[in-house]
Amino acid sequence: MQFGVFSVSDVTTDPTTGRTPSEAERIKDVVTIAKKAEEVGLDVFALGEHHNPPFFSSSPTTTLGYIAGQTERLQLSTATTLITTNDPVKIAEDFAMLQHLAGGRVDLMMGRGNTGPVYPWFGKDIREGIPLAIENYALLRRLWDSDVVDWEGRFRTPLRGFTSTPRPLDGVAPFVWHGSIRSPEIAEQAAYYGDGFFHNHIFWPAEHTKRMVEFYRRRFEHYGHGAADQAIVGLGGQVFMRKNSQDAVDEFRPYFDNAPVYGHGPSLEDFSRETPLTVGSPQQVIERTLGFRDYVGDYQRQLFLVDHAGLPLKTVLEQLDILGEEVVPVLRKEFAALKPAHVPDAPTHESLVAAKGATDPRVYAPADDVTGQAPEEAA
Amino acid sequence: MEKRRIAVVSAGLSVPSSTRLLADRLTAATVAALRRRGVEAGDVTVEVVELREHARDLADNLVTGFANAELRPALDAVTGADGIIAVTPIFSASYSGLFKTFFDVVDKDALTGKPVLMGATAGTARHSLALEHAMRPLFAYLRTVVTPTAVFAASEDWGGAGEASHGLASRIERAAEELAELVAARPAARTADPFADAPSFEALLGGV
Repeated sequence: MQFGVFSVSDVTTDPTTGRTPSEAERIKDVVTIAKKAEEVGLDVFALGEHHNPPFFSSSPTTTLGYIAGQTERLQLSTATTLITTNDPVKIAEDFAMLQHLAGGRVDLMMGRGNTGPVYPWFGKDIREGIPLAIENYALLRRLWDSDVVDWEGRFRTPLRGFTSTPRPLDGVAPFVWHGSIRSPEIAEQAAYYGDGFFHNHIFWPAEHTKRMVEFYRRRFEHYGHGAADQAIVGLGGQVFMRKNSQDAVDEFRPYFDNAPVYGHGPSLEDFSRETPLTVGSPQQVIERTLGFRDYVGDYQRQLFLVDHAGLPLKTVLEQLDILGEEVVPVLRKEFAALKPAHVPDAPTHESLVAAKGATDPRVYAPADDVTGQAPEEAA
Repeated sequence: MEKRRIAVVSAGLSVPSSTRLLADRLTAATVAALRRRGVEAGDVTVEVVELREHARDLADNLVTGFANAELRPALDAVTGADGIIAVTPIFSASYSGLFKTFFDVVDKDALTGKPVLMGATAGTARHSLALEHAMRPLFAYLRTVVTPTAVFAASEDWGGAGEASHGLASRIERAAEELAELVAARPAARTADPFADAPSFEALLGGV
């Protein structure tokens, strides 16, 4: 099972000091957080994509490419990549580039984005969110899986004889997760392609997660990708830990009470009961996290949110230390002991290449723009 | 006989409240009117949602975007009902903020086609048209089917004998008849299941 962290990439005032970090500071910090994640033995770092303040992460592949250059093992992912407002051609190109530079340590998670005004800024309409996600992803698959693509759809200009470059590393596209909180259409899409399904699992009651994952597993089996319990499931989670439970609650409460998304609403205690948020000792986090399995089954990826709501970098790095030293080693052992042998791990570049066989990724297009010649003529 | 569910939403703030009193009178009259149409009392379930008890839950829902465990059954009662009796006090020329908040967090498509009987209370009859200029458009927006008669009760309507209180009783009776007529004429409500009703991928792909 993979463990990691994901960042929403918010720039938020620290409510305990009144200090707001600059974008420059947060961007540097997120790189530090990713490197720390690898150092403490976590497997995955995932970064969000936003196109409006107070978020800084408009261009995840730039950041992830930089992180790739400074890490060895860490799997790089997104949470999420906007399949609605991005041109699928640009997604295909950007992530294939990243895949080559990162030596295959790349996957990505598709999301629709829920901020209405962002859509028209990119020439789209939020009311078309689902059809955009369906059509754009269908095109993205074609661009990665076929060397030469002819395409015509509702949402972008047609493509004739188009080759997305570079071709995916070893001819194998990055693994894709689809994230959605409550749209069955997206779980259906993930199941149809045999891709992974990720549930945000923070900010929302576990009941949403349970129903979506059940539905995805059932449809994954329906489409013939394997048994329902072999479907690839990822979950989010939000934790804050200190050795003593009450210290964690006291320290996190001002961040909780003023947080974007849920601040100034329910109490920390109410929200911890209603959602998977866990604030307490490492042991409490271990127990709560193991309990996720009770309603989603054996799953492949657990990402924690640890760097939002204005928490200072020092605190975030301490949280990563606790995760790496005390929490994840126990979770790894316990989850592994519970998981039946026929349940697969999350796909990686190596496992996908092993399953498919590496293919020569060079393109044999009929002609190229530079010489105007077909490769066989040029030879 | 098919079972019928009546959900009663009462936004009164005092305990006891005249809003709840009006809601109870409307409910009793509706159950009686349904019986006259062959729906036995044993086949009618009445669920009362007192919004005062959910004041904090509703504020939390505005902030978090989801209904907590206390609020969910109240929302389910209303979205699963065959008929709704909705009663609010009139504050500052309109329904109360609490009443509006409840209908703000109900999914906007969840009440489509449902029969609704509206009621309102206030200290003076001068507020009575708030039912028509404020409350009726709200339920029109939600695409409910609202009875032609809406019932307003001012303080004076509760006062003993006389024409005013007699008028209230007859308005309650007329409105209840109208609601019962709409409810009895429809098949019992089914709760939509977004997962059972989800389109297949072929249908999704065909739609683009």
